[in-house]
Amino acid sequence: MSSSKNKPLTFQELILKLQEFWAGRGCVLQQPHDVEVGAGTMSPETFLRVLGPRPHRVGYVQPSRRPADGRYGENPNRLYKHTQYQVILKPPPDNVQELYLESLAAIGIDLRKHDIKFEEDNWESPTLGAWGIGWQVMLDGLEITQFTYFQQCGGIDLDPISAELTYGLERIAAFLQDVDSIYDIVWVYGPDGQPVTYGDIRQLDEEQFSIYNFEKADVAKLWQHLNDYEAECQALVDEYIRKTAEPKKPKKGQETAHAENVERFADVKSRRRFPVLPAFDLCLKCSHLFNLLDARGAISVTERVGVIARIRALAVAVARAYADQQRVIAEDREAAPEKATAAAVGTS
Amino acid sequence: MADFLLEIGTEEIPARMIAGASDELSRRVGELLSRERLVATIQVENFSTPRRIAVLARGVSLSQPDMEEQVMGPALKIAFKDGQPTPAAHAFAKKVNLDVDRLEQVNTPKGDYLAAKVTKQGRPAKDLLAEFLPKEITSIYWAKNMYWRGGKPERFVRPVRWIVAKLDGEVVPVEFGGIAAGDTSRGHRILSGNAVTIGRPDDYSRALASVSVVATPAEREHIIRKALDAATRTVPGARWREDKALLETVVHLTEFPSVILGSFEPEYLDLPEEVLVTVMRDHQKYFAVEDANGKLAPHFLAVLNTSGDPDGLIRHGNERVLRARFNDARFFWETDQKHSLKERVAWLKSVTFQKDLGSYHAKTLRTQKLASLIAEVLLQAEVKTRAGVIHKAALLAKTDLTTELVKEFTELQGIIGGLYTKAQAAQLDVSQDVADAIGETVYDQYKPESMDDDLPRSVEGAVLAIADKADTIAGMFAIGLQPTGSKDPFALRRAANGIVRIIAEHKLPLNLASLMSDALAEYKGSDAERNFTATFAGDVAAFFRERLEFYLRDVKGYAYDVVNAVLAADAGNIVDALARAEAVAKVRGSEDFAAISASFKRIKNILRQASEGGKLKEGGVASDSVESDEPAERALAVATLQSGERVRHFREAKQYDEALAEIATIRKPLDTFFDKVMVMVDDESVRDRRLALLVTLLESFSRIADFSEIVTERKSS
Repeated sequence: MSSSKNKPLTFQELILKLQEFWAGRGCVLQQPHDVEVGAGTMSPETFLRVLGPRPHRVGYVQPSRRPADGRYGENPNRLYKHTQYQVILKPPPDNVQELYLESLAAIGIDLRKHDIKFEEDNWESPTLGAWGIGWQVMLDGLEITQFTYFQQCGGIDLDPISAELTYGLERIAAFLQDVDSIYDIVWVYGPDGQPVTYGDIRQLDEEQFSIYNFEKADVAKLWQHLNDYEAECQALVDEYIRKTAEPKKPKKGQETAHAENVERFADVKSRRRFPVLPAFDLCLKCSHLFNLLDARGAISVTERVGVIARIRALAVAVARAYADQQRVIAEDREAAPEKATAAAVGTS
Repeated sequence: MADFLLEIGTEEIPARMIAGASDELSRRVGELLSRERLVATIQVENFSTPRRIAVLARGVSLSQPDMEEQVMGPALKIAFKDGQPTPAAHAFAKKVNLDVDRLEQVNTPKGDYLAAKVTKQGRPAKDLLAEFLPKEITSIYWAKNMYWRGGKPERFVRPVRWIVAKLDGEVVPVEFGGIAAGDTSRGHRILSGNAVTIGRPDDYSRALASVSVVATPAEREHIIRKALDAATRTVPGARWREDKALLETVVHLTEFPSVILGSFEPEYLDLPEEVLVTVMRDHQKYFAVEDANGKLAPHFLAVLNTSGDPDGLIRHGNERVLRARFNDARFFWETDQKHSLKERVAWLKSVTFQKDLGSYHAKTLRTQKLASLIAEVLLQAEVKTRAGVIHKAALLAKTDLTTELVKEFTELQGIIGGLYTKAQAAQLDVSQDVADAIGETVYDQYKPESMDDDLPRSVEGAVLAIADKADTIAGMFAIGLQPTGSKDPFALRRAANGIVRIIAEHKLPLNLASLMSDALAEYKGSDAERNFTATFAGDVAAFFRERLEFYLRDVKGYAYDVVNAVLAADAGNIVDALARAEAVAKVRGSEDFAAISASFKRIKNILRQASEGGKLKEGGVASDSVESDEPAERALAVATLQSGERVRHFREAKQYDEALAEIATIRKPLDTFFDKVMVMVDDESVRDRRLALLVTLLESFSRIADFSEIVTERKSS
């Protein structure tokens, strides 16, 4: 750290500083989600945690894969996989903007020497049934952060809302280090004091994945994978819906027979253990496969709308199931706090 | 008299919404003060920055004046029995706090009632403002707003963080969004410490200036203009490109503006100017700089929300960003050249125009045929076009939708196609001249994008632009996707406005009804046709009629009654309607036409009543009136037949001033006729003949305009 006194932050120091800053503001520091996602928003740490009433603060790095953005490692500004630092503040504190500006100071940006603007930029993800109101934060003409007040997620209106801060780490690092190519960013200084660059670490990654994403990925198999993951996800959410649906009013004379046919969760425990989180991972798989197919040019504009709608339906169904599960868990905790704790210990 | 200040402090409001909301806030506060009788005349001043909208009202009374009010009591017959007050009268007297003998009696349509005059004490301004302002603040319109507090009690454009409300020296206890008003405002985020106390309302802008906030957009605009001038002066002979919309945006993005001049490598000037300017203006909000010859210079101007850039750090940062953007654009341009537009025509098969209307390839073929058809119609009216240019331009028009550059800069669709066409003369197998003409046609296809936008420059451009828009409108209407109310997701009104303007200002002899039926006919036999639902003809006619009214009224400035009168006569031919409107507008105020208008209204009434009474028959012959015993009837009949013939002649020759002069001559015989002759007489044959005369007159003299639509004002002498 002493070497950074006169030098701008390295890529990993940038991450460390943000982690340290947000940890100091009561954030859970999470690890990146280990399923391919296009943005930090898609991590369950955001997508699912913003649902329901429970307050939550979290910060995490999220490598974000967008196959179509790949440039074979040849474009100095574009990557197939870029790195986001994502912060969720639920509910947002009144001084959320000031906190954000402090975080910039923490990564070595002296705002008195720069020009910062909050310019309208509302975020929307049709695939996730999510949208929010906010800004792109511009620093000397460079968009460094997307700042969003989430209003809806998975088709569910949020209350409380969450503030989502998404830092574009490569851009910020290139800005801090004043390099024109992402690949020249210093990731770390090695034991010999020589820089290890972003290119050293990631160049091959970009080249090979560009080849795979644009040329090699097997379109027929991708479709097959997409259909399989979709079916599995759908089966799970369908089962959850079936077991939680309001019982229909039985016809006269058939009361008993009908009631026995309805599949229900036996108890709260079986409901809380129902695999909604895996269903979400399956949904993320679908989303990534869609992006791959898109990069392969295998989805016509007409089909596009349809596939997006399919994935959106999954995301919305998962979000509903998750919100329902959380509600039941919360009710159960209130009803019998001791028992709930015991159960929690028991499962760990 | 006191001053009142209200400031709503928020997180950054979108630049595009600030001016409107600021106006609305001061209108609402002014109206509230006036409604509550706290001001004699509304005097308000607006302030706004990205983080606040504020209003200062002057001449505010500290309290409402007392008001004498009449309170109604029970009916008299209930209040008094045998001249003695009943308990009802006593109860009312108690309620209004008066003795029974001081109550009054009032006479109303419902009978006589007991009443009382009471003095309603005026309430303090402070209370009224605290009570009513929250509702006014909540009601401000935002194109998009949000919730931010738990339980979602209110919505606003962005979270409200502070409120200042002061009546002279005193805080008015307004509350909104969980924030209680105080006297503390906030300064510039970076340039000053946060808080500043607002002493008196009229200190507001001075207090904000002390914390590096310029409170009025007008003053910021002035500062920015001067700073743009000053920065540009450092480059000899250079000028910054005026850009009103951009200026307005940066005015609303800054609280304390300054300007820097940045530069980029001259090699980027090889890229088309349109691309460079779009990157600078739309993506970076920079002003472009041009040299003495009007050519783009390798510089830009950025408006900062801070006091300056002494170390050049901000300039350096902005230059880095722009270079990266230009690099991207150049990369896309080069990639796009690997496949010619001609090759890309087939690619359009997989680009959807609209899900029920098929691909852009299908649209291309329809538009191509429709454009050729329009060219033929024009040729018949001796307006010549280069058929080959239109044909090729229509074929290539949408191909740029498949290019990387348009995917990146969607606002450049059409323009990129035009530029690529010019660069691909060889692939198109045409001379550079022809390629340029085709390119220009493609380039202009989306014009005009607004009422202020330029029109397509050439007739070929006009034809393609009309064909493209007509095809879209026809298709969307046919599948029932016409605009409804404020919803117009496919911008069909804008498209129709475009057609109207192009036809009017290029003076094209095109008929709207046949244009649109031709456009619809191109869908015949297509897959799309199976999705057709709507009752097309009536819908489209009414829709274009509305657009034409809008054009004549709001763009050309004709009075609404002139527009109604002219379009009632004929709404199919735009150029003709425009010429008639011009002629009618000139005579509208004249005495002759005021009288004619009144008489025509009378004729219409007579004919309507006759028709309702079953007395209007087909059989009447107007020329029979020439033989009438009544001199006034004879005179009118002769005038009608002779003048009517001349009006028809002038109308056909499009000599509208002359036609109107001819129409004016009917006034005298018509006035005399109504003075002397009764139309609805008992003698059936006489009545039929006179009615027939009026029918003929109305027909002959309403060919330029339906004068009964003209509103006549009785001049008070």
